[in-house]
Amino acid sequence: MELVCPAGTPAALRAAVDAGAHCIYCGFADETNARNFPGLNFSRAELADAVGYAHARGAKVLVAINTFPTAGHEALWHSAVADAERAGADAVILADLGLLAYAAEHHPDLRRHLSVQAAAANPDAINFYASAFDVRRVVLPRVLSVEEIAAINREIDVETEVFVFGGLCVMAEGRCSLSSYATGRSPNMNGVCSPPEHVDYATDGAESVARLGGFTIHRTPKGEAAPYPTLCKGCFTSGDKTGHVFEDAVSLDASTLVPRLAKAGVTALKIEGRQRSRAYVAQIVRAFRAVTDALEAGRTPPELALARLSEGQAATTGAYAKTWR
Amino acid sequence: MRNAPDSIKVPSFVSISMQILPLWPISMALSQLARDLLRTHPQILNRIDKYQNQKFMLDITDLPFALLLDPAQARLRAFRRSAAPEADARISGTLAAFLAMLHGVEDGDSLYFSGVLQIEGDTSAVLALRNALDDAELDLSEEIARALPLLAPPLRLALAPLERLTGLHLRRVPLEVY
Repeated sequence: MELVCPAGTPAALRAAVDAGAHCIYCGFADETNARNFPGLNFSRAELADAVGYAHARGAKVLVAINTFPTAGHEALWHSAVADAERAGADAVILADLGLLAYAAEHHPDLRRHLSVQAAAANPDAINFYASAFDVRRVVLPRVLSVEEIAAINREIDVETEVFVFGGLCVMAEGRCSLSSYATGRSPNMNGVCSPPEHVDYATDGAESVARLGGFTIHRTPKGEAAPYPTLCKGCFTSGDKTGHVFEDAVSLDASTLVPRLAKAGVTALKIEGRQRSRAYVAQIVRAFRAVTDALEAGRTPPELALARLSEGQAATTGAYAKTWR
Repeated sequence: MRNAPDSIKVPSFVSISMQILPLWPISMALSQLARDLLRTHPQILNRIDKYQNQKFMLDITDLPFALLLDPAQARLRAFRRSAAPEADARISGTLAAFLAMLHGVEDGDSLYFSGVLQIEGDTSAVLALRNALDDAELDLSEEIARALPLLAPPLRLALAPLERLTGLHLRRVPLEVY
């Protein structure tokens, strides 16, 4: 199986390649990709250098251009697709229908993957993207069980890629308005969920307080574990209950499910975390490469101990093994 | 073997004895180091971009002073906490945590999630700084050795024993250590 790994900087990309990534995904330093954070991402020249580094070591580079262009300002997204092809990218990861049509028409030789932001979660949707825009791979939303993924793979002719590690989104990827509600900016349009300029960390007595857009998202005793303040993982009081109303502050770790995902017909395993450091990338990639290598050799994959690197310091297998109520 | 930065603190007798040190030579040496780093790694300021005029307080909790980083002026100065000026952002943590993050051993988000590092103030500026320094793949020991070539051979010889003795990550860690 192919391991698709994140890189927010050229140093992280080199760390991913050196740690054994088959594929690295990254983005330009603007709002064309869903990790538009300060100090992050690639210039055009950095991307060309990074592609050279990866290709020389047998790894591929995918460029995420997976936000939704603003009407009248499509040129930024169009130039991103052209520049990705010029830099030698192996594929672009797109979500917007108009941008997919543009890329298919103007850059037919540039392989197209469908971003998780498109939220294509059933065979009809996937087959539409494949037939209309010759999409070759679909990144599945994190809402499906392993059995559902297997059923989808039986009805489609394109490759599927699934997330196996990292931050979890609330289950409406590409359609979530929580960040917009609190800050006016969203991952869908601006490439950033819970933008840091709206984040405020403060100390209140013996507690650390994290706010987003003026809303208190959580309070924790000073020095204790705390997640980044996103609305979906906030701690709120609703009625007579106080807790994580939308999502628990845990990260995905589906490493134990990789053999089942392989049997379900999944082609590629994706690691979330372009906003994380090269230390994170190197450790996670190396750990998951041991899993895919073991699987390929017919051995039992090793158990990974990666919770320390997770948001909330705890992990879940997410929807893959979920029993819906 | 990687050491957990939350379990390593500068011994209190070292910290206490440092309280009598005058701060101006420390500030001069650190500012020279900052100038050298920014000259040899120009991409740091490119990545910090519009946040380079922000002032960052690096509050190293097991040292008797905090450091004020001013990227635009290439200055890194030491202040007693009681006399520290206002900063746009404050990052607090142990010396071990700062060094482990700078040298690519520890992930900054993980240190924050686990409470080892605390952040206050301009979060965007902190992210820009963190990402810029991570991309620069700095090795502080090599930078010091380059600035002081006469001391470089004994410094390099002393590094491994010093790291074993203190538990601190004093240089960039090669990938195979992860």
